[in-house]
Order: sequence, then structure tokens, then C-alpha cells
Amino acid sequence: MKVLVSVKRVVDYNVKVRVNADNSGVDLSNAKMSMNPFCEIAVEEAIRLKEKGIANEVVVVSVGPKAAQDTLRTALALGADRGILVETEEQVESLGVAKVLQKVVQEEQPGLVILGKQAIDSDNNQTGQMLAALTGMGQGTFASEVLVDGESVAVTREIDGGLQTVSLKLPAIVTTDLRLNEPRYASLPNIMKAKKKPLETKTPESLGVDVKPRVKVLKVEAPEARKAGVQVNSVAELVGKLKAEAGVI
Amino acid sequence: MSILVIAEHNNVELKDATRNVVAAAQAIGAEVDVLVAGFSCSDVAEAAAKLTGVRNIILAESKAYEHQLAENISALLLEVAKDYSHILAASSTMGKNLLPRVAAALDVAQISDIISVESPDTFKRPIYAGNAIATVQSAEPVNVITVRTTAFDAVSTTGAAQIIKVFNDIDCGLSAFVSDQLVESERPELGSANIVVSGGRGMGSGENFSILESLADKMGAAVGASRAAVDSGFVPNDMQVGQTGKIVAPDLYIAAGISGAIQHLAGMKDSKYIVAINNDPEAPIFQVADFGLVADLFEAIPELEAAV
Ligand SMILES: Cc1cc2nc3c(=O)[nH]c(=O)nc-3n(C[C@H](O)[C@H](O)[C@H](O)COP(=O)(O)OP(=O)(O)OC[C@H]3O[C@@H](n4cnc5c(N)ncnc54)[C@H](O)[C@@H]3O)c2cc1C
Repeated sequence: MKVLVSVKRVVDYNVKVRVNADNSGVDLSNAKMSMNPFCEIAVEEAIRLKEKGIANEVVVVSVGPKAAQDTLRTALALGADRGILVETEEQVESLGVAKVLQKVVQEEQPGLVILGKQAIDSDNNQTGQMLAALTGMGQGTFASEVLVDGESVAVTREIDGGLQTVSLKLPAIVTTDLRLNEPRYASLPNIMKAKKKPLETKTPESLGVDVKPRVKVLKVEAPEARKAGVQVNSVAELVGKLKAEAGVI
Repeated sequence: MSILVIAEHNNVELKDATRNVVAAAQAIGAEVDVLVAGFSCSDVAEAAAKLTGVRNIILAESKAYEHQLAENISALLLEVAKDYSHILAASSTMGKNLLPRVAAALDVAQISDIISVESPDTFKRPIYAGNAIATVQSAEPVNVITVRTTAFDAVSTTGAAQIIKVFNDIDCGLSAFVSDQLVESERPELGSANIVVSGGRGMGSGENFSILESLADKMGAAVGASRAAVDSGFVPNDMQVGQTGKIVAPDLYIAAGISGAIQHLAGMKDSKYIVAINNDPEAPIFQVADFGLVADLFEAIPELEAAV
């Protein structure tokens, strides 16, 4: 079975972003960029499926600027076999990404597609579900366990009330949650080897997909800052303040 | 312009989140219907009919909808939601799972996790773990939206909407429910509790969470956790508060043994009052706390329980 994994290049999760002075967006100049953490978990899961002999090829795809090549190389260093960059300078929305991925799915015919549940920049949590709709496949979102069994896959999902397990007909779409696995680090020899793995470049146009944004960002602002608090020296003082000042207990 | 709200429920009870989503819908326009899709869920429809200001309840009962499988419910929505200008659901795991599938099938963008309605096509939503707030305008013929429930005050229950049954029963055959492992709790729901007491890695173990639970019970509070506490297996996943867990905004949030990572703050920094209890005076959680107590939580929490 072939497994297709999509990865996104995003600002590193340790960076606290700031809004631009002109309120047009956030300032990412000089910010450290990394693979979206949920995509790392997706790559890891695919590699484990290959190590278990369930997958025979892991293909990674990214939709983004030229620099997203680095993100694909990281995935190749972790153990993916081949990469596809769908290059565009446009800020592609989830629907656009899902449409591009739909074309890649048509070309590659994977048995399973694994995506991160959400990108930590736009925080949308949409692409996997949209891809499932466009390809007419079942979806196992927010996965904490994925068990492939012949023609189907059992996916345990992290839901608000606890866990839910669903069975999906293959091919299917899975999106990862935090507890699915702990991603490995790439070793130096594997980073060197990854440089020789195939990486193909396409464009949304060459795939016949219109990725123009549908939603206009009118402005981006900093959230309201919380006013500075106080240090209390004892539990008694804390309780006093909660009763008298805050009135919450 | 009419708006369809997808009810959040478990076939027995209507979840509070639906009341907040109806409030968001009413900030958009007056004609609000609620879809109750499930199995043997007429009690839920009755409860939804009482939501103030709702026009009609659309009730679709079928085995295919019992477990809210997105494949089947999105197919139902494509049938029943044709005439609506807006489709709204809570930014819960149900809403997040379902609505993007509906949006893509309609070939429209989705707007996730709105925190305010500026006009019927313009909304505010947090991005980058809440470190920026974007104002976005949609030009889509149908607006598919998930709602951050803590940002809208729940509607009351003085209504008497009409219940309209639809007899449509679509099983796409793509997915099947296998099992649930639901966490039973007598405590208030995390997302709507007035007080939340949360523990982090500093709790040290699952057993130690009992001191937080005991405090929570005395205060009538819900219990939450950081990702580290969930990843370490101290508590189940449904307790995670944060960017990629649950969003809470209670009157009082007490964080014990939580350092205050951006991803955790994203889930609780809209709380009215924040108390931090941490033995590291440099912990970033103190920067957002209204009241900070530098102390060992194993001493402070029982002392707090005795004092409230
Ligand atoms: C993609 C992604 C998504 C994430 N999503 C979330 C999310 O939704 N929610 C979330 O919470 N995190 C999330 N995280 C994780 C986040 O970055 C932090 O790692 C996590 O919040 C840390 O949890 P913690 O504060 O409990 O642990 P730590 O950072 O280890 O802090 C433990 C704290 O306990 C204190 N402590 C220890 N012992 C005691 C004691 N006896 N008394 C008092 N204080 C004590 C320590 O001083 C320390 O400050 C995410 C991370 C990533 C990469």
C-alpha cells in the first residue's frame, strides 16, 4: 500500500509571533520555520506503517513556497521515499490545498492519506476533512491510534467526551492528534541520504487547480493584553482577594 | 438570509454548546433553525425547541446518524441545508469533524472558530494560538462557520419552536462506528464551567490529581489539564485545555503545576480571573495570572480546599 502524507511549513511552535505595524498580518521575517508538529506526527505514522510492512512507499507532498522544499527534505530524512512540492507563492486556503491534494491523490492512488489535524499558524483544522469530501473517502480525524486491517482501517479518535473508534473503508483519510505517536529525530546519515531522494516540483496551475483565496483578511490585530496581576504570599491572602476583589468565590 | 445551526448532543441531551452557537447565529440574522440529527433523539429536539428565538427544529432520526459520522451527516446536510445562507456548528470535535466536509462538498471556504460577528459576512477569529486576531470577510454564497462557544453568551430557554421531521436516511457506507470510551463525570462540563481547576506536569502522577478533584468538588468546578499531564497519562485526553485541546473561559481558572506555554495559554487566557500556583517564580504562567502564588502545589492546594 502506498501512503501519501501532506506536510506544511509553518512558524516554529516556540516562536511567539507579533502582529505587523500596518495590521496586514504577522511578522515572520527572520522567524524560525519548521514542519507543522501535527504533520511530523503524520510522517512518523506513515514511516511506522512502512516499518511494519503495511506500507511499501511513503510519498510526502507540500503546497507552499520554494522554501517548503526544506520541509519535504526533513520528511525524506525521517524516512519518506519521495517528495512532491506543489509550488506557489499564494497564501493557499484549506480548500485550495484540499483541491491540490485531490489531484495528487488522483495521480498517486494511495491506499491511505495522513494529514495533521491542524496547522499551528492558521489553526483552521479543515484540510483533511475537505480532502475526504472531494475524494469521496471516509475520514478518521484527530487520530490517537490507526490500525490498518486488509480492506479497512480502524481509527481511534480523540473527541470531546473521550475516545471514539470508527472503521473506514480504504482508501481513507486520517488526520493526526498529539497522542498518535512521538516523532523520531532524523539522523545525520539519513539527512545526507535524503538529499538524493527524488523531489518533484509541480504547480497548482499544472494540476489545473485554482487556489485564489475565497476569504479576504481585512486586518490582523494583537489580542487584548491582560492587565498585570499581583503576587500573593499565602493561600489566605489569595482566598481573601478571590472573595473581596474578584468576587468569584 | 436564514441560518442553520447543527445541534450538539448525544441522542439524550442537548449540549450547552448549542445555546452559544444559536447566540452567534442570532448575531448574524433573525431566522435561525436548528438541525437535530441522530437516532431516537426526540428529547433533544424538544430541548432545542425551547431555545429562545429559534424558528424551526429540523429533526432527522436514523441509525446512520446515531454516532454523528461526518460522512453520513454531511450527506444529510447537502439535502436539508440547500436554502440557508449560513451553516453553523460549535468548534467542538463534532463541528470540526463535520463542517469542513460540508464546506468542501459545497465548494465554499469554511471560517473556523469565530469569536465575533462583525456583519453577516465578516467575522473575527484567532490565529497563531490566539497571538493574533484576524478579521475576515467571506464572499461565498454559503457561509460555513464553526463558533468558539466561550465567545458568545448562551441564549435562554423561553422558546417554543416548531419541530419538523425529515425522513431521509443516508448511509454512505464509507465509515462505521465501532466503539466509544467516554469519560463519565459528575462535574460540570469543562467548556461551560464557571470555575476550572487545572493541573500540569507538576502534579507528578494521575493519583495526585485527586487533590485537584477534591478541591474542584468543593468549589463546584470542572477539572482540566495541560498537554504534558495528558501525554504523561495522568488524565484522559478530554481534559486537555489549549490551542489544540479545549478552549475555556470561566470566571476563575486555577492553574497548578502548569508552566504557561503559548499553546496552553491559548486555551484559557480569556478566563475572567486566572490564579497560578507554581514553585518556579520565573514560570511564564505568572505573566497572565491575576493572582500568582509561588508555592509547592502539594501544600497550597489542600490549604486552598480548606479555606474556600
Ligand atoms: C502542536 C502542539 C500543540 C500543543 N497543544 C497544547 C495544548 O492544547 N494544551 C497544552 O497545555 N499544551 C499544548 N502543547 C504543549 C505545550 O507546548 C507545553 O509543552 C505544555 O503545555 C507543558 O505542560 P505543563 O505546563 O504541564 O508542563 P511543564 O512545562 O513541564 O511545566 C510544569 C510546571 O510545573 C511546575 N511544578 C513542578 N512541580 C511543582 C510543585 N510541586 N508545585 C508547584 N509547581 C510545580 C514547574 O515549575 C513547571 O512550571 C502543544 C505543543 C505543541 C507542539
